[in-house]
Amino acid sequence: MLYRLTRTYLAPYAVPLTVLLVLQLVATLASLYLPSLNGRIIDEGVAVGDTAFIIRAGAVMLVVSLVQVAATIAATRIGAQTSASLGRDVRSSVFRRVGQFSAQELSRFGAPTLISRSTNDVTQVQQVTYMFLAMMVSAPLMMVGGIFMAVREDAGLSWLVAVAVPALAVAVGLIIVRMVPHFRAMQKSVDSVNRILREQITGVRVVRAFVREDVERERFAVANRTYTGTALAVGKLMALAFPVVTVIFNASTVAVLWFGALRIEDGDMQIGALTAFMAYLIQILMSVMMATFMSMMIPRASVSAGRIQEVLGTESSVHAPTDPVAIPRGPVSVELRGVTFAYPGAEAPVLREVSLHAEPGTTTAVVGSTGAGKTTLLGLVPRLHDVTSGQVLVGGVDVRDADPEDLWAHIGLVPQRPYLFSGTVASNLRYGDPDATDDELWEALRVAQAEDFVRAMPQGLESPIAQGGTNVSGGQRQRLAIARALVSKAGVYLFDDAFSALDVATDARLRAALRPVTRNAAVLVVAQRVSTIIHADQIVVLDGGVVVGSGTHQQLLDTCPTYVEIVESQQAMEEAA
Amino acid sequence: MSELKTAEEKAAEERRGPAAVRRGGPPHATIGMPTEKSQDFVPSAKRVLRLMGPERVVVWAVVALAVGSVLLNAVGPKILGTATDIVFAGVFGSQIPPGVTQEQAAQDLRARGEDQVADMLAVMDYVVPGQGIDFSALGRVLLIVLGIYLVAALLQLFQGRLLTGAVNRTIFRLRRDVEDKLNRLPLPYFDGQPRGELLSRVTNDIDNVAQSLQQTLSQLLTSLLTVVAMVSMMVWISPLLAVIALVTIPVTMAVTRAIGKRSQSHFVQQWKSTGEVNGVVEETFTGHELVKVFGRQAEADREFAVRNDALHHASFRAQFISGSIMPTMMFIGNLNYVVIAVIGGLRVSTGAMSLGDVQAFIQYSRQFTQPLTQVASMANLMQSGVASAERVFAILDAPEQDPDTASAVAVGGTRGRVAFEDVSFSYRADTPLIEHLDLVVEPGQTVAIVGPTGAGKTTLVNLILRFYELDGGRITLDGVDITDLTRHDLRSRIGMVLQDTWLFGGTIRENIAYGRPDATDEDVLEAARATYVDRFVHALPDGYETVLNAEADNISAGERQLITIARAFLAAPSLLILDEATSSVDTRTELLVQHAMSALRSDRTSFVIAHRLSTIRDADVILVMEEGRIVERGSHAELLAAGGPFAALYAAQFAGAATDLDEIPAGQAELARPLGR
Repeated sequence: MLYRLTRTYLAPYAVPLTVLLVLQLVATLASLYLPSLNGRIIDEGVAVGDTAFIIRAGAVMLVVSLVQVAATIAATRIGAQTSASLGRDVRSSVFRRVGQFSAQELSRFGAPTLISRSTNDVTQVQQVTYMFLAMMVSAPLMMVGGIFMAVREDAGLSWLVAVAVPALAVAVGLIIVRMVPHFRAMQKSVDSVNRILREQITGVRVVRAFVREDVERERFAVANRTYTGTALAVGKLMALAFPVVTVIFNASTVAVLWFGALRIEDGDMQIGALTAFMAYLIQILMSVMMATFMSMMIPRASVSAGRIQEVLGTESSVHAPTDPVAIPRGPVSVELRGVTFAYPGAEAPVLREVSLHAEPGTTTAVVGSTGAGKTTLLGLVPRLHDVTSGQVLVGGVDVRDADPEDLWAHIGLVPQRPYLFSGTVASNLRYGDPDATDDELWEALRVAQAEDFVRAMPQGLESPIAQGGTNVSGGQRQRLAIARALVSKAGVYLFDDAFSALDVATDARLRAALRPVTRNAAVLVVAQRVSTIIHADQIVVLDGGVVVGSGTHQQLLDTCPTYVEIVESQQAMEEAA
Repeated sequence: MSELKTAEEKAAEERRGPAAVRRGGPPHATIGMPTEKSQDFVPSAKRVLRLMGPERVVVWAVVALAVGSVLLNAVGPKILGTATDIVFAGVFGSQIPPGVTQEQAAQDLRARGEDQVADMLAVMDYVVPGQGIDFSALGRVLLIVLGIYLVAALLQLFQGRLLTGAVNRTIFRLRRDVEDKLNRLPLPYFDGQPRGELLSRVTNDIDNVAQSLQQTLSQLLTSLLTVVAMVSMMVWISPLLAVIALVTIPVTMAVTRAIGKRSQSHFVQQWKSTGEVNGVVEETFTGHELVKVFGRQAEADREFAVRNDALHHASFRAQFISGSIMPTMMFIGNLNYVVIAVIGGLRVSTGAMSLGDVQAFIQYSRQFTQPLTQVASMANLMQSGVASAERVFAILDAPEQDPDTASAVAVGGTRGRVAFEDVSFSYRADTPLIEHLDLVVEPGQTVAIVGPTGAGKTTLVNLILRFYELDGGRITLDGVDITDLTRHDLRSRIGMVLQDTWLFGGTIRENIAYGRPDATDEDVLEAARATYVDRFVHALPDGYETVLNAEADNISAGERQLITIARAFLAAPSLLILDEATSSVDTRTELLVQHAMSALRSDRTSFVIAHRLSTIRDADVILVMEEGRIVERGSHAELLAAGGPFAALYAAQFAGAATDLDEIPAGQAELARPLGR
């Protein structure tokens, strides 16, 4: 997964990557050359008393060091640049892909996971890519080069490399392999410790009211013990890792000295070569250790890459038509013809054979209990979902045949959760129409019964709005969302339970003000409150995804028992009627 | 659906919590976090160490083992140098004809003009003319070295194992104490700060303390000892070379500090950029349908591209600068190596030093830079660890709720007579809320409380549960002051359904049984049927075994509320408090639940807070509250006839709508309610 993702996204950076490879090679060769020079200082300088040679060789060593640091820093730069570019590109791909998703894919994944996939998971992959480019690339070079140089120094000792390298790799590998499941267990147990604490804090009232402190304490103690147990297991393995590595390093050095001495005695080797060989062996072992430790990061990044791929590999269920039909300008009607909608894999459909016709200039209300399918029905109009069977027509055009941009330009939506974007009141209202004048904004606010409180804000239209609109009250948020939809001057308005946070008087004023503005528009309203819909031109009653009645308030009171139940449940209504 | 979200990921989302999400930084760039300064470093650090008190013996053993292993590791290279000398001497010895003494050989060399080699030879040990390498001596030395290294490794191993045990036990105790403390903290403490903040203290901060403790204790000691040991060995071998090697310390320090300073600002920038990108992503994904329907995708793409580019740039800079620290250090190390190799070579050739000593010296000089940088980086870690510890200590030091009275009265079967006598209460001293309130509720009565948001309705019922302590007056239950009862005794008589539909992360069955752990499956089922939970549970894939996740977003707000009602139903207490119990349930379902609730209320004293006035018609007494005072009381009919505040409320609400303009929708209640009222 990780490989596929990085291969795809690194492809455009072939040139800098080649340069990086060359630079790493240069740096590796330079650092490999140093021990050999040092060996020559001993053999050709110290042993024969040639001071001038020692100084000359020292100067060369200095130059080689400079080359090495320059090449490494240049390689680091390219590595940082390339991995940051990869991060940017992947992030942007994920973002664009999610932008194409319909509401269906979005709810299938869920916004929180999509957010973490496009941020944390990408960071994870970017980090590993950097590590790889900056360090892992040089590890095999160092290994191969080190072995080559060591063999060149003395072929007779090279069997030591063949023993030490696997010994280290196996030892470190074994420790890591044993550590990985513990790490997972630790993550899980730290999560459960934190989850219990979180529950105790957020649910403090309930815990205390139900006198469950002792049970909670016990629940926490179990989690805490489990966590401490795994942490200890990990700690013990960690404690093992360092001494084992040191012992292998030191034993190798001792072995080089012993077997080297044997070869020197036989006249097969010089003492400088021995020193150099020792240095090479250490370098080789270091790079093996680096590579093994770094490979620990790969499984985690691989999971992240998989999660990213999953998003990138998901196609939107809503496609733009290749040959779009234009929706006529001017007033349009909305029609549902025998619409059935089911979530993929679900047993029962959410909507079954629903038909309704909303003419421009009329208001159609949809009522029903929670879970009756009202919100799903509204979502079909702007193609947030596509019907399973049947047709949704706007202005006589099947919404699947229209260009989505064209379709959306006809629709003003006020969703159930009146989400506002960070910015100002004005920037939120201009979501509906970027070119709207301030006067138009005020007009929309007036209709939405939001003028007073916006005027009361010290900065008026320019008052800041926090992400989600959390700095204004629920009722204000709802009215701003209504104003935002009005600014778009759409031909179709969809109000999804948009008046729930308003008191009855404001609700009534708003509906009165709305009437003239929407006289050419088809208005669809989902509502809980009977008073909100009592004057609608037609009311559609949904129950379990099926239309069980439609008509005016009076008609339905006579013909639709479900409607009567709804009305009666709002008892006070009886008295008013 | 659910297989798309791995368990791990859900946990991760949960772990980060609201505070972390809002901050929105990258999870790994700990270096980039603006370093937090502790308030009072020394006392707090001492207190952290005191936490380790019970592990005193172990800690001393760790210190002893560390000293031992560092010393052994330090003498290793020096002895290994002797081995090199033996080999070198053997090389020379084989070149001298047998029978000639070392001095004679040196004189011969001088005679041939090779003064330098002669000087070297003159001071060399282990040279036996005519003989090669002394393998028995070499073998002995190498075995000693091997032994030393093995023992050092063993000591290290024991030290590591002991330390990890001590640290983990200490953290275990700290966690336990903090959790214990949470149970003793008064509710205003929880209300007084954002939940995310408190949560972060008990989770992230404790984790951070654990990590810093583990790392500083294991590394700081060894690193410091190693530096000292290595420097002493170097000075012992060659003071001249030691001076040269030590010169690199300030250079290294200066360079790392310079780079560190530069990278710090880049990391802050990266942190900021990441937050901004996350902000755009969060907003666009959360408002997905709006972005689409309002045709703003292109705009969002542009916005994202700008932030994404900024992040690209920032993360490149940060990565590059921090990435160049290592090569730079390596370069300094190499310079050091070159200088020592050259000067050492010259000294060997003049006989001032042996080759083995140079060899050993090079090893020492390579080994002492690493612990040095470790000590330097430890300073930051300690700072942030102590800062975290201070935040944890702040919880441990917070004043606790009044302990239960020792002579707590045990009341027999409660009848349920509740009386408020001249009760005063306020959350903040300067803003009185409830003043001189008197109220008597007879057993079995249903009391409804209505009024605008902030009138003190929830506060009033919380006082009965003794969530808050009164400023004046007293509340009695069947004539006994509730402060004379244990909290356990008091609360186990009261069942409550809160506005806040809190459920814990377990199955639906476990959640219903929360109030009565000994309930049978039949009891649970009965409660579920009575409260209409049974109806929707069957539509869920796992029925009663459906696990509610932490955000409980796998069932609707209305369904959550029904479960909380079932929970109270099952607890079957003698006093019932229903605070907006059905606010998220649609009116038709509510009507059905009402019937169940009236069965539940029939023989119990009940307090009902309701938004929808339609739900309280049959209450025995209706209290209308405004600004902490009861402004009107009476039956439904009486109050309507009186034409006072209740009648006005009623008129405004003729369709059973929400009373308050600024009422916060149930979904957001948790985030937006600072005082838990």
